[in-house]
Amino acid sequence: MRFHFKTNYDTDIDLFPDWWKRGLYLALLVFAMGLPLLLDEFFIGEMTNVLIWSVSGLGLMLLTGQTGQVSLGHSAFMALGCYACVLMMEAGVPFIVAFLLAGVITGVIGGLIAIPALKLHGVYLAIATLALAILADDLIVLLAPWTGGVNGKYAPEINILGLVIDRWSTPDYYYWMVLVVVLGVTWAYRNILRSPLGRSFAAVRDSEISAQAMGVDIARTKTMAFGLSCAIAGLGGALMGLFAGAFNNETFNFLIAIQLVMMVVVGGLGFIHGAFLGAVVVAFLPQLLSILTSSFGRGMSVPGLETGVFGFLLILFILFEPMGLYGRWLKIRTWAELFPFARKDMFKRQKSYLKTERLR
Amino acid sequence: MSLLELKDVTLKFGGLTAVNALNLSVKEGEVFALVGPNGAGKSTVFNLISRFYTPASGSIRFDGQDLLARPSHAVPALGVARTFQNIELFHQATVLQNLLVGRHRHRSTSALENIFFTPRVRAEERAHREAVEEVIDFLDLQPYRDQRIAGLPYGIRKVVELGRALATKPRLLLLDEPASGLSVEETQNMRWWIDDIRRQMGITVVMVEHDMGLVARVCDRVVALDGGKKIAEGTPAQVQSDPAVIAAYLGTSAVSKTASASGERQ
Amino acid sequence: MDVVQLLVSGLANGCVYGLVALGFVLIYKATEAVNFAQGDLMMLGAFVTLGLVNPQYLGMPFWLALPLALLIMALIGYLIDATILRAVFGESQTAIIILTIALGFVIRFVVGVIWGHDPQSLHSPLAGGDLRFGGVVLSIADLAVIITTLLLTFFLFQFFQRTRIGLAMQAASQNQMAAYYMGIPVKRVQGLVWALAGVVAAVAGVLYASKGAIDPNAGFIGIKAFAAAVIGGFGSLPGALFGGIIVGVIEPFAARYLPPGYSQIAPYALLILVLVFRPHGLFAQVRTKKV
Repeated sequence: MRFHFKTNYDTDIDLFPDWWKRGLYLALLVFAMGLPLLLDEFFIGEMTNVLIWSVSGLGLMLLTGQTGQVSLGHSAFMALGCYACVLMMEAGVPFIVAFLLAGVITGVIGGLIAIPALKLHGVYLAIATLALAILADDLIVLLAPWTGGVNGKYAPEINILGLVIDRWSTPDYYYWMVLVVVLGVTWAYRNILRSPLGRSFAAVRDSEISAQAMGVDIARTKTMAFGLSCAIAGLGGALMGLFAGAFNNETFNFLIAIQLVMMVVVGGLGFIHGAFLGAVVVAFLPQLLSILTSSFGRGMSVPGLETGVFGFLLILFILFEPMGLYGRWLKIRTWAELFPFARKDMFKRQKSYLKTERLR
Repeated sequence: MSLLELKDVTLKFGGLTAVNALNLSVKEGEVFALVGPNGAGKSTVFNLISRFYTPASGSIRFDGQDLLARPSHAVPALGVARTFQNIELFHQATVLQNLLVGRHRHRSTSALENIFFTPRVRAEERAHREAVEEVIDFLDLQPYRDQRIAGLPYGIRKVVELGRALATKPRLLLLDEPASGLSVEETQNMRWWIDDIRRQMGITVVMVEHDMGLVARVCDRVVALDGGKKIAEGTPAQVQSDPAVIAAYLGTSAVSKTASASGERQ
Repeated sequence: MDVVQLLVSGLANGCVYGLVALGFVLIYKATEAVNFAQGDLMMLGAFVTLGLVNPQYLGMPFWLALPLALLIMALIGYLIDATILRAVFGESQTAIIILTIALGFVIRFVVGVIWGHDPQSLHSPLAGGDLRFGGVVLSIADLAVIITTLLLTFFLFQFFQRTRIGLAMQAASQNQMAAYYMGIPVKRVQGLVWALAGVVAAVAGVLYASKGAIDPNAGFIGIKAFAAAVIGGFGSLPGALFGGIIVGVIEPFAARYLPPGYSQIAPYALLILVLVFRPHGLFAQVRTKKV
C-alpha cells in the first residue's frame, strides 16, 4: 500500500494523486494509442466498438451512477445525437463542428425534457424515459422526410481537414478519432467529479433533503445532470451511427437503452472504470457466445441468447457483486494491499430497510 | 434586534395543527433551545425555517428578510444552516466531500467552468478546502477526513453533520437534537463545541434538545412547546420549573389545574 | 355501430393490459418494488398453460390444466422472490428495476428455448365462437376476458381492504422496519405477494393466448401495461384496471381515426402527458420525506 504524504491541497484537487498513478495511466494511454499497430483490422473494429459504447456508458453513468437517476431511454438521445450530427454533415457543416454541436443540441433538448421529468421519482422516471425511447423509435419513422424512416440513412464520409476517416478503409484513424473523444469525455467527467458540480450531483443522489438544506437547487442540479448525460450519450450515438455506416429507427431501439443500463451496472455504478469494463462485456459477449455456440456444434444462432445471458449475468452481479466488475477489482486490490490483514466483512453489505415516501 | 423572527406561524397537516400561532424571536449571538415532549412540533419549526413546509399563515423573517418568499434551497444562502434529527449525510461520499458540499453556497463558478476545470475553479477549490480544514481542526475530524460516511460510527456522523453545517459559515445554526444518541463523553464535547461556536465564531444557535442537562448548561433562553403551542419561555431554570411544562411532560390530568391557569391549553 | 365495435374490442384488450398492470400494482403495493418482468411473467403463464394443454405437448384437458398452471405460476412467483428478490431486500428501487428487467430477458430466453419462437395459440375452450348483439360482434374470449378481469380486480381490491393479510401487505410496504416490530412476517408476506402476482400473470396469459397467438416477445405488452398502471396511479388496483381500459380503448380508435404511424404512439403519448400533468397518476399518493 502506498501512502500519500500530502503537502498541499492540490494533491487532492489534481487528476492523479501521485507520479505512480500518473505514470500508470500514461502507460495505459500509450498502450491504447499503439493498439492499431498490434491488432488486425477486425479487432481494431471491435476495440472501436468498445470505446463507442463506453462514451454512451459514461453519459448514463453520470446520470445513474453519480446523480442516482435511472434512465431507460438513453437510446432516444443517442439517436438524437446521431441524426443531428449526420443531418448537419449533410448540410455541409464540417464534421468536428457538426459532432460537437450534435452533443450540445442533444444536451439542451435532454435538459428541456428533464424539466417535467424531474418531478418524477425512481419508478416514474424509469417508465417515462422508457416511453420516451419507444416514442423516439416511432418518431424517427414518422419524420421520414428528414430521417429516412425505416429505410434509414447512410453515414456521410467523415473528413477532418482533408483527412478522410472511414471505418473500412482507415480503421486505425477511426479508432484514434474515437479514442480522442473518449479522452475528452473522460477528462470532462473527472472535472465534473472534482468540482462543486459533481459534489452537488452526489448530494442529490444521497439525500435530496439535506442537499436542499445545503443550498443545492435540486431541480437545477437534476436538469444539469440529465442534460450533460444526454449530451455525452448523443456524442456516443453519433459515433455509433457513423461507425455502423447505415442506421435507421431500429439502430437505436429501446433495447439499446436497456443494454446501456445493464452495462453500467455490470461495470460498476458510480465508477468511470465501470463504464469501460461494462463496454468490454457488452461488445465482446456476442463474440464469445457465437464462439461457444459454434463449438457446441449447433451451428445456428439461438435467438435471444445474448440478451438472455446478459440478463442472467446482470442478476448474478446485482445479487453477488452489486458494485460491478470495478467493485470486484477494488476488493481484490484492497485484499492484496492489506494482505494478510484484510477482513472478510470489510465490504459487507449493510442491512437496510425500505421506508416508503408515499402516504397510502 | 432579533435575527430570526416567527410571527403567528400556523401549520396544519390535514386536520392536525402541528404549529399553532407560534411567535419566536431569536436574538443575534444567543443560544436558544426549543424543548417539549415528542410530537410538540419542535422539528416542524425547523422544517418551517428550512422552508420544507409552508405555513398556512404567519411570517418568518431572518435578518429582516422574508424567508417565505424564498424556496428551500435559497435559505442557506442567507446564512442559515441546520442538522437533522436522523442524520442526513451523503453516505456514499467521504467526510471531506460532505463538508465540501457545505461550501456550496460560496461557490461562484459556472457549470461550464466546472466542466473544463478552469484555474478559477481550482483557486476556489483551494479556498473551499482551507475553510473546510478549519472546521476539521475545530471538530477534531482529522482521522476521518477520507473515510466514507457509510463506515463511520453514529457519534462521528453526528459530528460530521455539525461540521457540514459549520462549513457553510452560517450566521444561524439550527441543531436538531445534537446530543441524541451520544454517549456522556460525546455529549460533553458537543456542549463545548456549542459554547465555542457561539463565543469564537459568533454564530447564533437554535437547538431542539431533550437533554435538559445540556440545555441548562449552554442555552440562554428556552421556549417550551406542546401541541404546536408555546407554553413557556425564559431561562432554562425558569422553564424547567414552569408548571405548564411539567404538566406537558407528565400528562395534563396530573396537574391540569396549574396548567390551565398558566395558559390556554387544549 | 362502428364506434361500439371499436369500444368493445378495445375494452377486451384493455382488460388484458389491466390484468398485467394489476400484477405491477400488486407487487408495488406490497413491496414498493416495481416488477418490470410482469409482462414476461404473463407470457410465461400463457406458455405454461399452452405446454400443458396443447396436443403437441402434454395435451391435458383445459379445466384440469388451468388450476395446475396457476399453481405452477404461483410457485414460480414465490421462487423468484425467494431466490432473487429476497437477496436485494431493502435495496433501492433502481436496483430492483434493473433486476426485474434482467429477469424478463431471462424468462424470454428460457421460454424461447423450451417452446420455440413461433407464434402459437392456446387450445382453449374460450377461443373461437362469437356472440352477436345487433351489428356488434363480441367473441367469447373477449367476454371471458372482461368478466374475469372485473372479478379478479374486485376480489383483489377486497383482499387488500378487508383481510388481515392484505392489510399486513400494505403495512409491510410502507415501513418494513415498523412492520417487523408489529409482528408482520415481512419476508413471508412478500413471497406471498409474488406468488399472487404469478397467479394474476397466469390468468392474464391464458386470456391473452385465448384471444390470439402468443410468442416469447408478447411480454413487451408489459410496457403498455406500465402506461396503464401509471395512468391509473401506481398504488391503486381499480386504477390499474381503469388505466388498462383507457390504453386499450385508445389504441383501436387511434388506429381508425389517426393517420398511420400515430396509433402506436398514442398510448405512450398519453402516458407522458399524464406524467407531466398528473405525475402520480389520477390518484396522487406521494408526499415528501419526513425529517
